[in-house]
Amino acid sequence: MRYKRVAAVAMMASLALSAAACGKEGDPAPSGGNASGGAQGDNCSSSGVTFTPKTDANVAGSPAFEKIKSAGKVVIGVKFDQPNLGYKDAQGKRCGFDIEIAQYVASTLGVDPAKIEYKEIASANRETAIKGGEIDYYVGTYSITDKRKNDVSFAGPYFVAGQDLLVRKDESSITGKDTLKGKKVCSATGSTPIQKIRDEGLTEGENIVEFKTYSECVSQLLDKKVDAVTTDDAILKGYAAQNPDELKVVGQPFSTEKYGIGLPKDDKALRDYVNDQIEAAFTDGTWKKIYDGTLGKSGSPATAPQLERY
Amino acid sequence: MGEFFRVLTDNASLFREGFYNTVKLFLIAGVGSLVLGMLLGAMRVSPVPALRAFGATYVNLVRNTPLTLVFAFLVFAVPKLDVNIDYFNSACIALTAYTSAFICEVVRSGVNTVATGQAEAARALGMTFAQVLTLIVLPQALRAMVPPMMSVLIAMLKNTTIAAGFSVLEAGAIPAYMSERGEPQFIVLTWIVIGFLILILPLVVLQRILERKWAVAR
Amino acid sequence: MSSSSVLYDIPGPKARLRNRILGIVSIAAIVALLAFVVYKFDQTGQFEARKWEQFQYAAVQRELLNGLWATLKVAAVATVLALLFGAFFASARLSDKVLFRAPATFVVELFRAIPLLILIFFGYYVPLQYGWPIDKFWALVIGLTLYNGSVLAEIFRAGINAVPYGQSEGAYAIGMRKNQVLRLILLPQAFRSMLPAIVSQLVVLLKDTALGFIITYPELLFVGKQIGGRLAFGLPYVPTYLIVAAIYISICGLLSVLAWWLQKRLTRLPRTAAKPLPATQTDGGTGVTPL
Repeated sequence: MRYKRVAAVAMMASLALSAAACGKEGDPAPSGGNASGGAQGDNCSSSGVTFTPKTDANVAGSPAFEKIKSAGKVVIGVKFDQPNLGYKDAQGKRCGFDIEIAQYVASTLGVDPAKIEYKEIASANRETAIKGGEIDYYVGTYSITDKRKNDVSFAGPYFVAGQDLLVRKDESSITGKDTLKGKKVCSATGSTPIQKIRDEGLTEGENIVEFKTYSECVSQLLDKKVDAVTTDDAILKGYAAQNPDELKVVGQPFSTEKYGIGLPKDDKALRDYVNDQIEAAFTDGTWKKIYDGTLGKSGSPATAPQLERY
Repeated sequence: MGEFFRVLTDNASLFREGFYNTVKLFLIAGVGSLVLGMLLGAMRVSPVPALRAFGATYVNLVRNTPLTLVFAFLVFAVPKLDVNIDYFNSACIALTAYTSAFICEVVRSGVNTVATGQAEAARALGMTFAQVLTLIVLPQALRAMVPPMMSVLIAMLKNTTIAAGFSVLEAGAIPAYMSERGEPQFIVLTWIVIGFLILILPLVVLQRILERKWAVAR
Repeated sequence: MSSSSVLYDIPGPKARLRNRILGIVSIAAIVALLAFVVYKFDQTGQFEARKWEQFQYAAVQRELLNGLWATLKVAAVATVLALLFGAFFASARLSDKVLFRAPATFVVELFRAIPLLILIFFGYYVPLQYGWPIDKFWALVIGLTLYNGSVLAEIFRAGINAVPYGQSEGAYAIGMRKNQVLRLILLPQAFRSMLPAIVSQLVVLLKDTALGFIITYPELLFVGKQIGGRLAFGLPYVPTYLIVAAIYISICGLLSVLAWWLQKRLTRLPRTAAKPLPATQTDGGTGVTPL
């Protein structure tokens, strides 16, 4: 008994070690020619826009800016599992529209994008993280809502999305938000879309499924444990583009989600400043370049939204 | 202080549903893990080497795996077997599979506390296996088993909170909902703690009583 | 395993035959079940190259190793703090002054009754709410320390109490002071008797670090979720979780072997009057009820 157990443990340990010992260098990329067919690779590629930090950045009267300036770095809350928006690949590289917007804002605050510290914050914890000062600002499909304005403030919107549904390719009975009755709908815990489904009673309470990440919802969708994944079309299109043989987006948006940059609540100076910078990016073409190089790859062309200053 | 009670009364239905599901999970998984645990325990003390080996392997694998991972297997791997189990039942099974490994160990060490001479003497008197088991071994072993078994069950009650990460609305899921509603977390968490204290206290008291009552006999 | 059990005699020819038949039947059943699982996994493409090839790359292996390192780091720090916490509150509970005993009892019993998940939430949300941002690492350490520390306090207390009363009585009789009795007589004996239980609780602590995923602390399971969630590789949750489980089982298994070996060794030494506490890890139960 004793030797058997020791031997088993030793075997497992050596297996683990041998697996770790021989690793191919280079970018992990799925081999083509199997079920997923035309799937995109996993590797992050940026839009190619370079962000040079502003040397004379100054935001008078902003405590958050003072903190960033004295620290010489900025802590940004992001997502890591949304292809083309906020994604982290196997190499640990981050890419996507939200990431580049975050880098752009950092550069206008005088911080080199290389000096950004990214923090992965779950949807349900965003307000707490901004309020508590765990992050300097948050960029990650963060919808501007009046309720959230009680806790944080928003610059932007820098993008407008709409809530939509991701279903299996062979699904024909779900065609829009009013066909969800009796269907299991999945989304991220604490996100706006799932609240909307619940508040408007689009499906029964017991059919609402929540996981921490959208990837888990997509896994459940492919396993037929849920019938639809709901969130903003910008996110869903990224998933559909990665697995076009099995997934599709319904394409009937039923809300308007204005993505803002989440900032500390009482920092109007910073908010006005960031708004100015976003506006500059709209007009000088930076915004479009970022969009075309990231989100635009999986969706339709978009025009820059109208800023909402307050 | 008014704020403190307002959080509870404003969200009473959420608290009620959450704790109702916690208790339901606890009862179902409790019965399940007692049954499965005793079965596994019986395997581990059986004369059949294959069953003993299976019991030991099961216990050692499951006991060294985080419960969260057991849940993840139920929710993400079991559907691949073409078995469709809803989230609540998945949670019950995950808790049962995990807790029964601990119950099994309690059963095994409980039986082992009975001195071999006791059963030998019984057999020498001509008792059958069933008689030895029911009249001699089990009455003594049960005394040793019940207090640690209560500990395992109390731990399981607390472990139900992990189901929150797997789409079950139980007490552990309340903070995320409340965060959506913008309620102060400290108060929410305090109420959840109070809820668990109310649930656990009777179990602890029962455990102490059983411990004291049966300690005398040994 | 001992060759003889309370329940049955050494089997005779008839029983041996019966046991062999039972053995074959049960092996067949277990093999059939395993074969079904493997067959189904194969059918649904869990073993296809696409889902596994990620793991050949150094980048992904590094991710896993980083996750493992984060797990071990948080477990190591929490272990040290939990042992200190446990020692402090156990000594307070053993004090004969109510002033120390009562608050310590309250603290220990309270933290043992709160689910670890809720303690981690406390550690994470409450400082944030008051504008004191806390590293996720420390939020997790706080939760693990409070919870396992109170269980360890109970183990320590039970260990000291398991030393027969005569030992301290004898020590007092030859004129030792209280401090001496504890230091020279009780602790050396109790320590050996509780070592296996302590190691078992540390296995629990290590496993419980997996709850860090709730507050997105990048430990092993969280990393596994990221790797498993890559749609480009066909959402390889099953392969990833199999690998992650193997890692946890190896490490916890090593610790369990250590606990078991210690227990074996310590029971062999006749020099302690205290019976070893059972090394049952009950994952947060009291786990210290001496059988």
